[in-house]
This record gives sequence, structure tokens and C-alpha cells, in this order.
Amino acid sequence: MVTSITSFSRNGVSDWLMQRVSAAVLAVYTVFMVAYLLFHPDLDYYTWSGLFEHTWMRIFSLLAFISLAAHAWVGLWTVTTDYLKSTYQRVGAQMLIILVIFVYLVWGIQLLWGA
Amino acid sequence: MSNLQVSIYRYNPETDAAPYMQEFQVDTKGRDVMVLDVLHLMKEQDSSLAFRRSCREGVCGSDGMNMNGRNGLGCITPLSEVVKNGKLVLRPLPGLPVIRDLVVDMAMFYKQYERIQPYLQNDEPEPAIERLQSPEDREKLDGLYECILCACCSTACPSFWWNPDKFVGPAGLLQSYRFLADTRDTATRERLSDLQDPFSVFRCRGIMNCVAFCPKGLNPTRAIGKIREMLLADAT
Repeated sequence: MVTSITSFSRNGVSDWLMQRVSAAVLAVYTVFMVAYLLFHPDLDYYTWSGLFEHTWMRIFSLLAFISLAAHAWVGLWTVTTDYLKSTYQRVGAQMLIILVIFVYLVWGIQLLWGA
Repeated sequence: MSNLQVSIYRYNPETDAAPYMQEFQVDTKGRDVMVLDVLHLMKEQDSSLAFRRSCREGVCGSDGMNMNGRNGLGCITPLSEVVKNGKLVLRPLPGLPVIRDLVVDMAMFYKQYERIQPYLQNDEPEPAIERLQSPEDREKLDGLYECILCACCSTACPSFWWNPDKFVGPAGLLQSYRFLADTRDTATRERLSDLQDPFSVFRCRGIMNCVAFCPKGLNPTRAIGKIREMLLADAT
């Protein structure tokens, strides 16, 4: 057993499952978004903001944002443990990545529910 | 004349400041010999050349090496399979410390093998004669027990290059599954609990270099997938 304290859940099975599930959520969200944009070639601000007025769209978007945050954490944590051999560089990069993910997530929530 | 141009990695830490490539011209007399035979012909020219070999028929796993960029056993790899444009480049297995020339230090590889406890564990009372297994249960071990630990797979795996102290590697995981799949083994839960961290199994990213280079045609990626399934079933 190898101990790791900065991975997303500190458990490989859980991280792996989270990576798969979040990938599926992001795939569905991406397909939805591309389809929506294709069906609305003359998209204006009112149609676009109208879409995000719906509670289901806000829940769907928040789910996608949280999935993106978890997916990025698991993936980038893996990259840092592969390529950054200096402990200071690695921990520094991990903290920076987690901070950026946190900021984007809170910003995303504010965009969805702030107005 | 049928001269083969061979470029081989040379390094003797006692005399060389840095590794270098040495060029050889080897006369194979037009025959499609094995790479190990070429190494013997080279050793006749320069007796200081160091490499491991033993059975010379793909059973012992001593002469794993990198031939024109591909890992394999020198003794069962004919020149026609690896030589490109009349040139052969020989290097030690990638990712392991070099002791001398093609001889690598496999301590890390064996440490990971030791970690997965590669022996049958059974806490039930011993039967009078032997532990029986149905032919169907025995079949589950096919494609697993044949591994000769030559390290061609693990040293072709970038995940093992970057974290050889934490990631078990394809060879170790193939053997780990060999005991997880064995119906006579009762330590399944303990074995799984030692593998559930983010490194031991999950550092595998499924690029399948192990499958591409295994000289015995085994499939460690499939075994790793099976371990993942068992871990998931046990943890959910």
C-alpha cells in the first residue's frame, strides 16, 4: 500500500471511479452543448441566458463543473506525481492546481446562481 | 559478405565517465540468426562486452534487451524481425540502472514482485494429499502463470519508468492476478487491500506497451483490468 495525501480521495479505486463517472458526465454535457449550438445558429443573448434560467440547466451545468473539477484534480495530480520529482515543486504545483480548480468552481457557481 | 552493422550501448562505470555507443561489423554469413548469436559474434571481437544469457531458448528470461527500440529476448528474436536498413541498435532494458553494458540492476523490479506476495496463501486446514482444483478453475490461470519475469513489459512501461518504487508494474500485476484468480488462495481480501491506493494498480494508463512487447504473448493489461474489477466489486 502506497500512501498519498494530495490525491483527490486518497484512494485509487475511488479516484478511478470518479475519473470515469466525471468523464461520462462531461461527455453528455459536451454533446448537449454542441447540439444546442448547432440547433441555434442565430443565438442571441436572450435565448442563451434563457437557457440558463431553467433550474434543470443550472443543476446540469453545476454537475458538469463539479465533474470537471474532480476530473482535473485526479488527472493533473497524476501528471505531477509522474513528472515532478522535486517534492517542493510537486507539492507547490499540486496546491496551485487545487487553488485554481477551487477558484474556477466558485466562479462557476456564481455565474450560474449569482444573477 | 553479409555484414551487419551493429551499434551497441557500452558503459563500464569503473572506467567510463559516460555511456557511449560502439560500432561493430558482424559477418552473419547471410543467415537469419538470433540477436543473441550476433552478441556472441561481437564478444569474439571484443571480449569486454557484457550481457546476460542462460538458456538461449526463451525460457529463462535473462537476455531481455532493447533491439532497434523494441524490448524483447535476444535469444528468440531473429534478425529479420528487428533489423532495419541493415542496421541493429542494441541497448539495455530502459528505465533500470545500468550495471555494465546490457546488464541492468533489476532490484526494483524484483522488489515489486516480492510486494505482491507471489505464493499461494491458504488458511484452511491442509488436506491429506493435495488441494484439488477443477479443470475450469485451473483454466483461469492460463495466460498468467507462463510469465518468466524477463522484465521486457515493465521496462517498456512509462508509468513504471516514472514510479518504479510505487507502481507494481505489468509483470508484478500479472502475477498478482495469477494469485487473485487462484481458487486455492484465501488471501484475496488482504491482497486487494494492499492494491487500492492511487499508485500500485491505478498508475496503469492502459497504453499496452506491455502487451506489445511480451515475448511470451501474455496480456498484463487484461489482468490489470481484472484486478480493477475485483477492487471495484470489493469496495462498492
